[in-house]
Amino acid sequence: MAASHRLRVIRRRLLQAVPVLVLATFVVFGLLKLMPGDIAITLAGENATEQRIAEIRALYGLDRPFLVQYGSWLANAVQGDLSKSLATGEKVATSIARAFPNTLLIVVLAMSVALAIGVPLGMLAASRPDGARDRIVTSVASLGIAVPNFWLAMLLVAWLALGTGWFPATGAKPLAEGLGPALHHAILPALALAAGGVAEVSRQLRSSLVEILSSPPVRTLRAKGLSPAAILWKHGLKNAGVNLLTVTTLLFNRLLAATVVVEAVFAIPGMGNLIVNAALTRDLPVVQGVVFVMVLVVITINLTADLLYTVLDPRIK
Amino acid sequence: MVNRFFAFLRRDLRAAVSLAFLLALCVLALCAPLIAPYPVTAQDVDNTLAAPSAAHLLGTDDLGRDVFSRMVHGGAATLYASSLAVGIGLLLGLPVGLLAGYSGGWLDDGISRFIDALLSFPSIVLAIAVTGALGIGLTNGMIAVGIVFSPQIARLVRARALVVRQELYVDAARCFGASTARILWRHVLPNTVQPVIVQVTLLLAAALLAEASLSFLGLGIQPPQPSWGSMLARAYQNMELAPEQMYAPGLAILLTALAFNTLGESLRVALDPTTKR
Repeated sequence: MAASHRLRVIRRRLLQAVPVLVLATFVVFGLLKLMPGDIAITLAGENATEQRIAEIRALYGLDRPFLVQYGSWLANAVQGDLSKSLATGEKVATSIARAFPNTLLIVVLAMSVALAIGVPLGMLAASRPDGARDRIVTSVASLGIAVPNFWLAMLLVAWLALGTGWFPATGAKPLAEGLGPALHHAILPALALAAGGVAEVSRQLRSSLVEILSSPPVRTLRAKGLSPAAILWKHGLKNAGVNLLTVTTLLFNRLLAATVVVEAVFAIPGMGNLIVNAALTRDLPVVQGVVFVMVLVVITINLTADLLYTVLDPRIK
Repeated sequence: MVNRFFAFLRRDLRAAVSLAFLLALCVLALCAPLIAPYPVTAQDVDNTLAAPSAAHLLGTDDLGRDVFSRMVHGGAATLYASSLAVGIGLLLGLPVGLLAGYSGGWLDDGISRFIDALLSFPSIVLAIAVTGALGIGLTNGMIAVGIVFSPQIARLVRARALVVRQELYVDAARCFGASTARILWRHVLPNTVQPVIVQVTLLLAAALLAEASLSFLGLGIQPPQPSWGSMLARAYQNMELAPEQMYAPGLAILLTALAFNTLGESLRVALDPTTKR
């Protein structure tokens, strides 16, 4: 019964995800196509003949109607063919396959840091609402949300990389070269990214814990003489699980976006550098490809979270 | 209304301080040419990367330009950019949200699906993509950020409109023959104002950070005009020589974003009696 119900949920959510993906890519494709200027003229270079421009148009399929162009792009994209870079001629899928692990490592590490620091802070703040510790945690969280990630990244580079030489200032090492060096390169970017996450996690957890701890069932437990610590761990955290999952999902999506700028500070060859360089040189296939993959990742994460909800909270249908 | 606002400020010291800070910033930005002691491009070539002094309150940058003057002018650019982005977000999001929430049915379904799709974009990535398409520059960058913000406003307004359209007074207005446009304008829109004010305040902080990020990446404001983000980009290039160059613009971004967020949160609590602190 439960298993078949879960399968139904999975199928329904998958079916709902498809139009979102199509719409999202359509919007990007449309926006990029509506741009002023003719990309064929740009590609043909200076003093190109009309004939050369027409050739380029045919080569990239730019002479076809908009919907046909989108349809063939999507059909190819679904099969893993994201076209080629206008600047380097490299397959976009190859560039992304090379860049994505670098980005993922930082994001996952930043997530871990955010949860490892944010969860205890949130519990600390919720243990006595409006107490001194709560005020300090809340203030620190406000700072964490307002601080620009890339400025924090610069401060970390100046203090911990250039100042002390403890960490490398730039670059990334793939996991294939060993966990140690990879983490050594990833830790500063992850810390810079995690600041907002710590703030977000601690704030959300605090507010949901405060609500749970003031609810009638928990008041009963307290009346029965259970220690505050036992209540917080056994009843508070368990019930805050669903909220924590929501925060974690949102956080992942946000970190995925924020890493773009942080990567620039550390010169990490990840998705961020890929799309920024492509945007600066108007290399549209690369821009589209990166956006497509990012949206795909976000949708997958949201889908996974939805499925986890049904496990964590049987009431959710 | 005005009295209630002052009562709110008296009760909430942090909100009052934030508002005062933001107003001071606006004055500084509006009167930038009067306040800044030097033009943004004036160079003191014998005096590059100088420490703060009487002649240069915050020192000079790598081209010998007065950092304080550039901070003041950069503040103007930053505030313009944030307002532009949030303005565009409102312009796009408000009518769409009103329409979806008030009409309901298939139109609401379609628009909501569209909003969901837009919300699944990593925001700054879309802004970068759109800037790449529209062409690099502060105004284009902020149009892109505004587009990214619009679904957030649309979703908020839709949720309010969905509730308001079932109110008795809306039914009454309809019975009296009021047009849809009039109902939306006179009854639904005023009901969405409070949550939208809160959201706009918070979005101004987000727009500020987005502008700083885009300008830092070279996709926003173009030299020689300064914004706080582009000043950080210059400071980044000179980080080994003069790490202290990054402090003033970074702190300015941090404090301004903090002020917008604090004000927004305070307004949220003040305007919504059910919010728990």
